Amino acid sequence: MSSEMTDPNTTAPASAASLLEQAEKGQSLWEDSWHRLAKNKLAVASGVMLAVIALFCFGSWVIGLDTTTQNLDMGAQPPSLKHWMGTDVLGRDVFARVLFGGRISLMVGLLATAVAMCIGVVYGTVSGYFGGKIDALMMRFVDILYTIPFIIFVILLMVFFGRNIWLIFIAIGAVEWLTMARIVRGQVLSIKKEEFVEAARALGLPQTRIIFRHMIPNVIGPVIVYATLTVPAVMIFEAVLSFLGLGVQAPDTSWGVLINEGASAIEEYPWLLIFPGIAMSLTLFCLNFLGDGLRDALDVRRSKD
Amino acid sequence: MFRFIAIRIAQAIPVLLIISVVTFAMIKSVPGGPFDKEKKVPEEVERALNEYYHLDEPFVNQYFIWLGNVMKGDLGPSTKYPNRSVNEIIGAAFPISLQLGVMGIGIALTLGLLAGVVASMRPNTAQDYIPMSFAMIGICVPRFVIGPLFMLMFAIQWEWFNASGWFFWSDRVLPALTLGIFYAAYVARLTRGGMMEVLGQDYIRTARAKGAGEARVILRHALRGGIRPVVSYFGPAMANLLAGSFIVEKIFAIPGLGTFFITSISNRDQTMILGTVLFYSVLIITLNLIADIVLIWLNPKLRFDEQ
Repeated sequence: MSSEMTDPNTTAPASAASLLEQAEKGQSLWEDSWHRLAKNKLAVASGVMLAVIALFCFGSWVIGLDTTTQNLDMGAQPPSLKHWMGTDVLGRDVFARVLFGGRISLMVGLLATAVAMCIGVVYGTVSGYFGGKIDALMMRFVDILYTIPFIIFVILLMVFFGRNIWLIFIAIGAVEWLTMARIVRGQVLSIKKEEFVEAARALGLPQTRIIFRHMIPNVIGPVIVYATLTVPAVMIFEAVLSFLGLGVQAPDTSWGVLINEGASAIEEYPWLLIFPGIAMSLTLFCLNFLGDGLRDALDVRRSKD
Repeated sequence: MFRFIAIRIAQAIPVLLIISVVTFAMIKSVPGGPFDKEKKVPEEVERALNEYYHLDEPFVNQYFIWLGNVMKGDLGPSTKYPNRSVNEIIGAAFPISLQLGVMGIGIALTLGLLAGVVASMRPNTAQDYIPMSFAMIGICVPRFVIGPLFMLMFAIQWEWFNASGWFFWSDRVLPALTLGIFYAAYVARLTRGGMMEVLGQDYIRTARAKGAGEARVILRHALRGGIRPVVSYFGPAMANLLAGSFIVEKIFAIPGLGTFFITSISNRDQTMILGTVLFYSVLIITLNLIADIVLIWLNPKLRFDEQ
């Protein structure tokens, strides 16, 4: 229950009425978590920062910012008032390139995480719900997949079947679902004995309906937390591929590609590395802080004390 | 315990077979053979080459010829460097990657455990916040940003080290730091979390009550439980270490196995690809197993579960 209720002696009488009202209305787990998150300034600031970054990256797309026109006369200029982050060797504005790259990096992060979430949640729920032999078999399969060095396979895939951005989504998503499946299974195991599931079964609902309507919505908390922490992992994965020269192809770009280009010219034009590096690090900071904040806010065990 | 290890090894064999079949199928389904060059080789030469590498046989036969040789410990000749066998190349390149990896892990454990333990001793004070802020930076600034920045600062600006290469003792410093820093940060966070959980438990109070000094309480009693999250992290981290080593080898131009692996793919060096994939897979499976054994050894409860 809400923390305001725990110590009635210190509450002023004037607010007692409103407290009582609040108590009657009841506070859902979600509202409770939301309040706890809102109190975490670092997490809120990170959320706002992320929103701003996303707005800039996708907004530049909406307003049709020119990110690809080359101007060789303006090649490799250091940062100035006209070009805040300087220009690259082909005379393109680095700020525009960073926004452009951010669009793809963020998209990869979000979409691949979504793929991982879908596979992981369904797999984990089915495994946990049916239990017994099916569970043992499915989880053993996950254990085995854990031991496979997927990075090698993704690299092979990229080289052999073209550097296709959709392939990146699917490949990364297919790797990252394993932990998600484990987490969800653990949750499902603990809630499948709850009364509302029993009730749903007693009503004779089909198993697919019980799973999708009653079980999955109740495991969503830890899933959200883990998803927030998966996004940075995925973005780094994409950047690793790009850095090895296996990511998206020109004229498209991503932060990983930009950093790779910058790293190879670090001696002459350090700003080509520094600005995309800052953009990516800042985003990763925000995602990690937000993820930590969400974990603290949604952690039921912690909310008790 | 022996049963546990035996089961895991028995499981690894089909996994390795599947990995090799999938890799093989992938290599063969891709256009572009190892001898496709801009300048066409004479037909007889190509036929001779194909015969030498058994490329004229059906795919299934090719696979079993390869597998048979692997059983004998022979990964075959490289198709790119005809005078060298895959065994030789791996034998020459892997020690470099291994050295880099071991130094990276060493840095990670030293810095990470130290920072984590220090932070956990006085939670929510400066002693906690300062190392943990550094840990957050270490996690969020990717290696491929840190590496070139190190190079810019320490090698180009101040000229303390060489910018790339792998010749002198001092050439190891920057790559190992670049590789180790991310893990150090992660280990620090895990250690802090694990220690915090353990330090609140009764047996720690008992140890304090019987008059054990703080150093003894931390090192002898708490750390054993506190580093459990670190150990379970190290299994999955191994695959990650590979990716890290690919990156670091690329930044600092180190002739390690990662570099050979990446170039072998673009060269379509079929035997080399198969050999490295298999080698890496065996390596990761083994390291995962070792991590699990250490975990069981650290936690007596699990010891009974396994029996």
